[in-house]
Amino acid sequence: MKRFKAMAMAGVLALSLVLTACGSSGGSGSSGNSGSSGNAGTAASSSGELIKVGVVNNPPSESGYREANVNDMEAVFSEANGYELKTFYSLKNDEQLQAAQGFITEGVDYLLISAAETTGWDEVLTKAQEAGIKVFLFDRMIDVDESLYEAAVVSDMAKEGETAVQWLLDQKLDTYNVVHIQGAMGSDAQIGRTGALDAQFQAGTMNLVVQQTATWDEAEAKKIVESVINSGEDFNVIYAENDGMAKGAVAALDEAGITHGVNGKVIVMGFDCNSWALRELLAGSWNYDGQCSPFQAQIISDIIQGKRTIDSKIIINEEKGFDATTITQADIDTYGLGE
Amino acid sequence: MAKTKKKFLSGGLGQLTIPVIAIVLLVIFNLIRDPSFFSVGISHNNDGNIVLAGNLISIINGASELAILAMGMTLVTAACGGQDISVGAAAAIAGSVFVKVLKSSPQISGGKVLLAFICACIVAMIFGSFNGTLVAIFNIQPMIATLILYTCGRSIAYWINGGATPTVSSPVINAIGSFIPGIPVPTPVLIVIAMAIVFKLLFKFTSLELFTQSVGINGSAARLNGINSTFIKLLSFIILGVCVAVAGSIGVSRLGLINHETLLLDVEMDTILAVAIGGNNLGGGKFKIGGSIIGAYVIQTLTITLYAMKVSSTDVKAYKAIVIILLVVIGSPVVKQKFGKFMSKFLENRSGKAVKGAA
Repeated sequence: MKRFKAMAMAGVLALSLVLTACGSSGGSGSSGNSGSSGNAGTAASSSGELIKVGVVNNPPSESGYREANVNDMEAVFSEANGYELKTFYSLKNDEQLQAAQGFITEGVDYLLISAAETTGWDEVLTKAQEAGIKVFLFDRMIDVDESLYEAAVVSDMAKEGETAVQWLLDQKLDTYNVVHIQGAMGSDAQIGRTGALDAQFQAGTMNLVVQQTATWDEAEAKKIVESVINSGEDFNVIYAENDGMAKGAVAALDEAGITHGVNGKVIVMGFDCNSWALRELLAGSWNYDGQCSPFQAQIISDIIQGKRTIDSKIIINEEKGFDATTITQADIDTYGLGE
Repeated sequence: MAKTKKKFLSGGLGQLTIPVIAIVLLVIFNLIRDPSFFSVGISHNNDGNIVLAGNLISIINGASELAILAMGMTLVTAACGGQDISVGAAAAIAGSVFVKVLKSSPQISGGKVLLAFICACIVAMIFGSFNGTLVAIFNIQPMIATLILYTCGRSIAYWINGGATPTVSSPVINAIGSFIPGIPVPTPVLIVIAMAIVFKLLFKFTSLELFTQSVGINGSAARLNGINSTFIKLLSFIILGVCVAVAGSIGVSRLGLINHETLLLDVEMDTILAVAIGGNNLGGGKFKIGGSIIGAYVIQTLTITLYAMKVSSTDVKAYKAIVIILLVVIGSPVVKQKFGKFMSKFLENRSGKAVKGAA
């Protein structure tokens, strides 16, 4: 009996912990916003009626990108702008599907989706269409017929890669010996950012010293660059597919006494435009940082309010690449992610 | 001579036979592949310090966190007969606390780093005692008990961070993560040595080693002999908590950045492997921390070797698995016993023949 009691207590303990953990990653956003929807009636709105928007997204804890993305959504679709926002965050496709279903039943006017997986959405989107709910996809595409959504505002990862590689070609180095550190294999960002560089390797304009995936892991990136340095092979470009891995690579360079950045021996390139990474650019210790813009909310809002017409269903979000020699503090304040 | 040879072949180094053979084989393999693999060079880093560099340094330096965690994990394994799979997640929490305290004001001094480390230690020890309570008092299987923290640990780290990847930069942090000016050996290596000495002293001046072993071999018998087995188990988790805080702080200091998703990712599996390669009984009881430390270096040597051979890092895990299966099977009691029998028979036969020949 005593033992049973102990087991039961442990069970409760465990359950409560797991529940709070799930609560944080899954439902915190939705619960926070259901609170605000309660006093939606008191908010002043120009049209009198608030536009109901349901957002299904990945949780902000996923990455700095997602955090900025979620904040942007919440800022643009605010009550002050005439919206009533309901949100749901999860990394799991089935949970996202259920939440989307829930939003349809609740009767939102617009459904905005950044799906965890590209498949399985046909049924829900058809139901949304039948209910007269307009669907926008943002950040990520879904494998469904174009007629099922109004528009998709996405990043063109391949173009990000091309912009970066074009910048690299513009540096007019005598030789390009590239250490290429990839993100998690198969992810959109990895495929897009790898493509343009692979084309150069095949064309022979750049030499591949090593191409390894660090699966977005900073420490792994450092190990990879360390092993290249130890092997004694010569390289003058580090092309890391996100900022964290670029930081890891730079740590290895620093320990080995290899100069980098503006006027350095090795050109350092990163992606994502975290504020801290852009500050490295400003300090001249890195050379290039490619943006993957998390700011799609304004475009969607403009379409909803009729300020922007849809020419093509797929709208490519405009993105920049920053050069250490031209970046300014103002750029960091505008485009930097996080603190 | 023949006697020592025989003793060695039949497992004379005790549980250290397998890890030592493994590391020797890896070294030989690398020397054949590339004689200059282990050459250590002296260079200047970008701060102008004289530092040692080379694959050997990369291995010893890179395995630091793993070695430290393996020390604590050995103790938990020995006392509880199970493993803590939450060390990676707990290290992310400890690292987040470390950074949080450091970022509480813009100035970062040595004293503040110490304070941050102590805070990280306390938090990690609290989480360690949470695991320990579930295991020691509620008698839950360690792997199940620590599964809870494994699942939610990185979310907790995210809350503490309040953002995806806070960065922190200061000469002090840099000194902890890479090199102290004037000392050519990477600081994490020095920390491993310090930790090993602490454990050595702990075992020398307390009965912790004996108590842990007896609790691991038979908890009730130990209790009947006046050893508080609940306390010993709890203590092992708290000590592991300290190791977690040290490893987490090193991990953060290396890059001056905390990424709650990737800091020491999957390290729990490598840690358990290090303990297993070290020849420790995963069911508890007798243990040798030295074995686990060697195990950690075996794993790191393997990784660096594969990187040096330009094996794609997606394939590295598969190759690692093959080598580790071999090591664990060879180290298993069944194979050891068979091999020992075979060797003693073989040697007997030979000496028998030699005697006959002389006659």
